[in-house]
Amino acid sequence: MKTLEELKVVRDSMVGEVALRTHGNASSKYERHVLVCGGTGCTSSGSPKIIEELKKEFAEKGLTDKVQIVKTGCFGLCERGPIMIVYPEGSFYSRVKVDEIPRIVDEHLIGGNPVKEFLYEETVVGDEIKSLDDTSFYKKQHRVALRNCGVIDPENINEYIGRDGYQALGKVLTTMTPEDVIQTILDSGLRGRGGGGFPTGMKWKLARNIVPNADQKYVCCNADEGDPGAFMDRSVLEGDPHVVLEAMSIAGYAIGATQGYIYVRAEYPIAVERLNIAIKQARENGMLGKNIFGTDFCFDIDLRLGAGAFVCGEETALMTSIEGNRGEPRPRPPFPAEKGLFQKPTILNNVETYANIPQIILNGADWFASMGTEKSKGTKVFALGGKIKNTGLVEVPMGTTLREVIEEIGGGIPNGKKFKAAQTGGPSGGCIDPSNFDIPIDYDNLIGIGSMMGSGGLIVMDEDNCMVDIAKFFLEFTVDESCGKCTPCRIGTKRMWEILDKITKGKGTLEDLDKLEELAYHIKANSLCGLGQTAPNPVLSTLRCFRDEYIAHVVDKKCPAGVCKDLLSFEIEKDKCIGCGMCAKQCPASAITRTDYIAPGKKLAAMEIDKSKCVKCGACIATCKFKAIIKK
Amino acid sequence: MENITVKINGVELEVPKGTTVLEAAHMAGFEIPTLCYMKEINEIGACRICVTEVNEGRGFRLVAGCVYPCSNNMEILTSSPKVIESRKRTLELILSTHDRKCLSCVRSGNCELQKLAKDYGVEDATVYDGIKNEYEVDNSAAHMYRDNNKCILCRRCVAVCAKTQGIGVIGANERGFKTYIGSAFDMGLGETSCVSCGQCIAVCPVGALSEKDYTKEVLAAIADPEKTVLVQTAPAVRAGLGECFGNPIGTNVEGKMAATLRRLGFDKVFDTDFAADLTIMEEANEFLDRFTNGGTLPLITSCSPGWVKFCEHYYPDLLDHLSSCKSPQQMFGATAKTYYAQKMGIDPKNIVMVSIMPCTAKKFEIGRPDQSAAGVPDVDYALTTRELGRMIERAGILFNSLPDEKFDDPLGISTGAGVIFGATGGVMEAALRTAVYTLTGENVTDLPEVRGTKAIKEATYNVAGNDVKVIVTSGLANARKVLDDIRAGKCDAQFVEVMACPGGCVNGGGQPQVPMGVRNFVDIREERAKVLYNLDKSMPLRQSHENPAIKKVYEEFFEKPGSHKAHEVLHTSYVKRKVNEI
Repeated sequence: MKTLEELKVVRDSMVGEVALRTHGNASSKYERHVLVCGGTGCTSSGSPKIIEELKKEFAEKGLTDKVQIVKTGCFGLCERGPIMIVYPEGSFYSRVKVDEIPRIVDEHLIGGNPVKEFLYEETVVGDEIKSLDDTSFYKKQHRVALRNCGVIDPENINEYIGRDGYQALGKVLTTMTPEDVIQTILDSGLRGRGGGGFPTGMKWKLARNIVPNADQKYVCCNADEGDPGAFMDRSVLEGDPHVVLEAMSIAGYAIGATQGYIYVRAEYPIAVERLNIAIKQARENGMLGKNIFGTDFCFDIDLRLGAGAFVCGEETALMTSIEGNRGEPRPRPPFPAEKGLFQKPTILNNVETYANIPQIILNGADWFASMGTEKSKGTKVFALGGKIKNTGLVEVPMGTTLREVIEEIGGGIPNGKKFKAAQTGGPSGGCIDPSNFDIPIDYDNLIGIGSMMGSGGLIVMDEDNCMVDIAKFFLEFTVDESCGKCTPCRIGTKRMWEILDKITKGKGTLEDLDKLEELAYHIKANSLCGLGQTAPNPVLSTLRCFRDEYIAHVVDKKCPAGVCKDLLSFEIEKDKCIGCGMCAKQCPASAITRTDYIAPGKKLAAMEIDKSKCVKCGACIATCKFKAIIKK
Repeated sequence: MENITVKINGVELEVPKGTTVLEAAHMAGFEIPTLCYMKEINEIGACRICVTEVNEGRGFRLVAGCVYPCSNNMEILTSSPKVIESRKRTLELILSTHDRKCLSCVRSGNCELQKLAKDYGVEDATVYDGIKNEYEVDNSAAHMYRDNNKCILCRRCVAVCAKTQGIGVIGANERGFKTYIGSAFDMGLGETSCVSCGQCIAVCPVGALSEKDYTKEVLAAIADPEKTVLVQTAPAVRAGLGECFGNPIGTNVEGKMAATLRRLGFDKVFDTDFAADLTIMEEANEFLDRFTNGGTLPLITSCSPGWVKFCEHYYPDLLDHLSSCKSPQQMFGATAKTYYAQKMGIDPKNIVMVSIMPCTAKKFEIGRPDQSAAGVPDVDYALTTRELGRMIERAGILFNSLPDEKFDDPLGISTGAGVIFGATGGVMEAALRTAVYTLTGENVTDLPEVRGTKAIKEATYNVAGNDVKVIVTSGLANARKVLDDIRAGKCDAQFVEVMACPGGCVNGGGQPQVPMGVRNFVDIREERAKVLYNLDKSMPLRQSHENPAIKKVYEEFFEKPGSHKAHEVLHTSYVKRKVNEI
């Protein structure tokens, strides 16, 4: 594809195809499209077998030319995987099983009647089938970064082109100056989605101007998503890899770079594979390489695989790692815009940030800035996890409240439990208590309440979560992931963890709480990089919002949530025990034996727990149908 | 250069743009403490001891003063309560992982961590105690040990090994709290292609790295009436030893050193400078032979055992370029145990040859093959300048009050050419003095082109109608550049001097440790080298071939330079080694 005209021809031939899946003017060669999620979540819950079965059925029943199977990226509602959607109806089959396929093929794909009992329950209201967009999970979502995820086949560049792919690059190269591009990004108000929230346009502007006549510059993409539970970048890479390539090329044009690197963690094999396919296709089609669309602009992209160190998500550590050294951060300044990769001016943006760029170019800065809050524009993708019904990936406009995300989109807390806290920003973020439930989510508000946006992990906790234990969990993560370069992070986080460990074992003192807090502030103010500077946040935010829980551990030697084993004891209420002995069978420590006591109205002698042998695993409680076992 | 204004603790100051907070503070008369920082070598901002409050218009915050650049109108507070508190807490954290065995530590008294703990008023070194990593001491190398129980992970050793020496056999292993410094795949240092230069020891702020100490063995030999214990002192030792006793960097203590060695009980106090002159006789002869008879050129000097081992590991294909001359230390030992033993009627087996060296690679060198001219090792113990310092302290000798004394005859007689061996360019200058005299009969004494601390020095001299191009380099990373050129056939020099340590032996790995806070602002290479050049200037004889003791040793024993006898006793051979495999 040497020219924009050639691009237009491909687009025109594809636009009707993909429109079948988006309620647009469809003109597909096929009667139906069956979209099966090929993201990591659904792949592990069995989607490849679904596709295999579909192909087999199609071949047997002569559907191959009538119905197209499309392996897409993530639909978002991972909780319900594997997911399959049939267009043009938009029928949403969830938790699809291989043996359900023949019926779906016969009744729906051949017979034209969706198999209601296999559909996602919420889409079935009596005899009606609701549109997916009317379900609570999708209703309040607004997909910009995830626009093509779950819509196109990520391994087919033409499908991307059919969704206006590479139009933005064409527009930039033929009608805009680099300064225009940077101004557009500045005007859009886009801020870095990787966590820091630095204005993207400003980053580009610095990299363009700070070193006059630089012989080489680089555009890097941070795809080293490392927050526990966050997978929005993975989903973009798996579902829409070309958007990243296109955006990086636009960035290259804007700052004057000819080479890009995507630093992606090796634990994302599907993302790596699709990126490799996308790069190959982009090169073959002339979107990467020399003289793109017949202009003077030359740009290429290579992958660099990360070995899974969390710290390599920090920009200077990431660049050090690309350079072939041990991934450790280096002091800033100099900032990467001046001396980045190989000491050359470099910009580094996160996958989700890039995923917004082509849409901003095509729809204009005002369109993007019309979404969101005063200082945080556009949308944000969150990975919903923890104690929530609808685990998955959601994209909402900035300014949506936590309540909307958790209660409406997420479906609230399962099992009738009480909401206790939400954790944002991963191990760098903090816990938010219910009093801040109605604050509109944006960069500044989250920092204001002692947390941070981070990359968008959102973990929900209920009354069964111990906040001291949660703080310890996150700190354990940073202790493990500290690179070991600077003193406060290397030693300080370990010492904080030790104090927390002491507290959860009932050996903490009030002085320990002071020491913990002092160390936390010390590490924040003295560490070399963002990892250390934010590592104490989970502790500080829980100390602030849930201090009474810490006090309960320290003073009363109790864990109110019943999590910290050393502070618990298990007892059998003898009058409730019918003596069935199931608990003793389950007990891995042989700590439960029969007593001589037969409770009134019971036939068998009650059981009892030998506390010296009990390992507090909870197996007995789980197995007792009579609620005769309590933990205190 | 554009200037900017900063205000440090209320003092206004103009500094060039690009000046760091640390440098600006130093200019204003304030010291910011450091542990990891080494100017241009280890600018990693890791230890966080240098944190300093700065205000760039958005309020005060802590930055790493060692690497943070000043900006215009920046306000800097180098010792505010917040700064002091932060440094103290970081120190307490470091101490919680340190073994704190100060009383039995070789660095007690000149440990940078100990000093900071005192300066910052650490009242309770155990306040953050918790889990400690425990490490076995690595004793595998011939010249040193690593005790990671004392290591504070400043990484100076890593930086100096990789950057200054271009070797990089040590680095950070594991990560987070478990991080430790070691070699790849946990090889012992002795199994790697470490060249034994000891630069890591010289920069270690604490007692994690130290030479293997042989002072006990030497004292035992002195006490043994059966043994004749001879001592030789390398040129650079007299320029460094004084620092062990509080003298300023660059103090000449040659006379006190001779006096102190006599008081320690050595039977004869000799000078390696004698052997340096002998080396020149042999090496100048070797050079002239190769130059006139079409031998392998450039000829490269072989005095520095760290360099020799480096060449064996990393450039084994260039070993033919190395001079076959033993180093002065070994020539000395070989001459003492053959010529001197014969002359004095002593059985060489009863001679204990001790050398005092600014070098740790000398400890490796004495165990090399083909270094036993009399059938016993040429040298029995190679002590560093630091070990001698410790012996003197232990013996209760009031070093600074000693009179200046002279070395013993005949192996204590030397020339100015011998003494400058201790500085980069010295061997080259000494060799050229004698080579020029041999070819033209002219006396040349000052060749400033090959002096100084520049990384690579080149000069061309016209000698008897022939252009002789020489290259002098020190620090093995610099040497790599020269060697790569030789390997690529792009080097047109005929004679090359390489010293493993930057600046030559004056800055050797066995010299007294100077706190990095001083080294970052004072060039110890220059200060110590001045001692040697001043000595050279003050000596009546400044060319090796003029040394009467040398003339005599050839008359009585070796006949002439390059003779069969000289080859047997004074020359050696090399081994091809692999990288990280012995």
